[in-house]
Amino acid sequence: MELPSGLKYSREHEWVRVEGNIAVIGITDFAQSELGDVVYVELPEAGTEVEANNTFGVVESVKAVSDLFAPVTGVVVEANTTLEDQPELVNSEPYEDGWMIRVEMKDESELNDLLEADSYRAYTEEEGG
Amino acid sequence: MTNSGQELRRTSLYETHKAAGAKMVPFAGYEMPVQYTGVIDEHLAVREAAGLFDVSHMGEFEARGKEAGAFIHKMVTNNVKRLEVGGVLYAAMCRAEGGIVDDLTVYRLEEERYMAVVNAANIEKDWEWMASHHAEDCAFENVSERTGLLALQGPKAESILAKLIPGGGDLAAIPYYGARYKDLAGCEVLVSRTGYTGEDGFELYCESADAPAVWNALMSEGESDGLKPCGLGARDTLRTEMKFALYGNDIDESTHPLEAGLGWVVRYKAGDFIGREKLLALKAEGVKRKLVGFEMVDRGIPRHGAPILIDGEAAGEVTSGTMSPSLGKAIGIGYVPASNADEGAALEIDIRGKARRAQIVKTPFYKKPETE
Repeated sequence: MELPSGLKYSREHEWVRVEGNIAVIGITDFAQSELGDVVYVELPEAGTEVEANNTFGVVESVKAVSDLFAPVTGVVVEANTTLEDQPELVNSEPYEDGWMIRVEMKDESELNDLLEADSYRAYTEEEGG
Repeated sequence: MTNSGQELRRTSLYETHKAAGAKMVPFAGYEMPVQYTGVIDEHLAVREAAGLFDVSHMGEFEARGKEAGAFIHKMVTNNVKRLEVGGVLYAAMCRAEGGIVDDLTVYRLEEERYMAVVNAANIEKDWEWMASHHAEDCAFENVSERTGLLALQGPKAESILAKLIPGGGDLAAIPYYGARYKDLAGCEVLVSRTGYTGEDGFELYCESADAPAVWNALMSEGESDGLKPCGLGARDTLRTEMKFALYGNDIDESTHPLEAGLGWVVRYKAGDFIGREKLLALKAEGVKRKLVGFEMVDRGIPRHGAPILIDGEAAGEVTSGTMSPSLGKAIGIGYVPASNADEGAALEIDIRGKARRAQIVKTPFYKKPETE
């Protein structure tokens, strides 16, 4: 399982890359592997407000629908519309071209609630991953 | 993925699946492989080469004796009387009120020996229902535990199988919905030209203890031809592309065969079967709703339970839906009013509260490309 250091991880299996006051958000390698072939992604439009620990979209594998949970509160400034036509990028490049939304954070202290790579790895192993 | 502490059963292939890297999930009380390499990859292997499925969780009941044929005939909607030794038929089993207890295949294995193959989730229910009607002059036995079942499906299925049977097994002589006993990898196997994928292929019944040997022989022979182990995920997408009904999704006790598009397995003239009177009455009345196939026009994947809207009003429910790996489109199956069931008719599917456009299409969704 690939877990780049320098990213923050949520217990709902999203990652966050901090770029100034912008949080780039996607799902982890662990999550994409558990889901299997991703065939559909539904993301909020720019301007949508998202709230930490609330759903911001869905990701669907062939078999199942899963909610996406926002790791931080803020306003969506961009959604990765490439995923509409190429949802498989979530599987092949979860941390690069498979990113999902960019959020302008309202409260950067929320980042402290997220996990570092090592503790996220331990968390997934506990979950039976 | 926890399953409320309920003890899951395993087929004799459990260790084989684990060793092959399968992802196991609870299904109908069994721990079954949902995928190995990935649902889409396995799906396409079946369409283009071949796939091997463990479906040993399915149930098998045997009826033996003078009255065995008459007993099975009474229980199911299709004409068991015309079934010859080595023949197979597909049927529904109904309550007197017409509701579907299960859908099943019936084999005539010998003159006075029949086998009914039922859905795993329904084994206990079917057993109780059938045993409560069974005739005096007939032995009826649940042989599910000792029966292993593999499905070898795809255009290369026959050539792979032939290599494992001494002399090739004369497989060409087994017609669609026919079954013969063959010696395969030193095991006695009932080779049945049937399946749930829309491809040519076989279902292979053996002693459950022999299933790993048969599986391993097929995998090592077939791998160079593109044979892949397949899980329940691909089994579901393959059958959905064919609009084959799945019990518990598309059909159940609240549905009857006529509205489910299974009228072709209801044979009224062949004599009495349970549910016949009710089905005759329903046929005379005309069905009120029909199980149709549709394609999404807007984005979104229809899923079991999503409301179907017509002119903004709830008019039915999605019973199955998926992204079709062969077509690259989102497809679904569901009940709609018979007045609005024609090909081309517009529907909307309520997906997470948003109405999304869909259109009724001809089924099966998937048609084999014409070969030159």
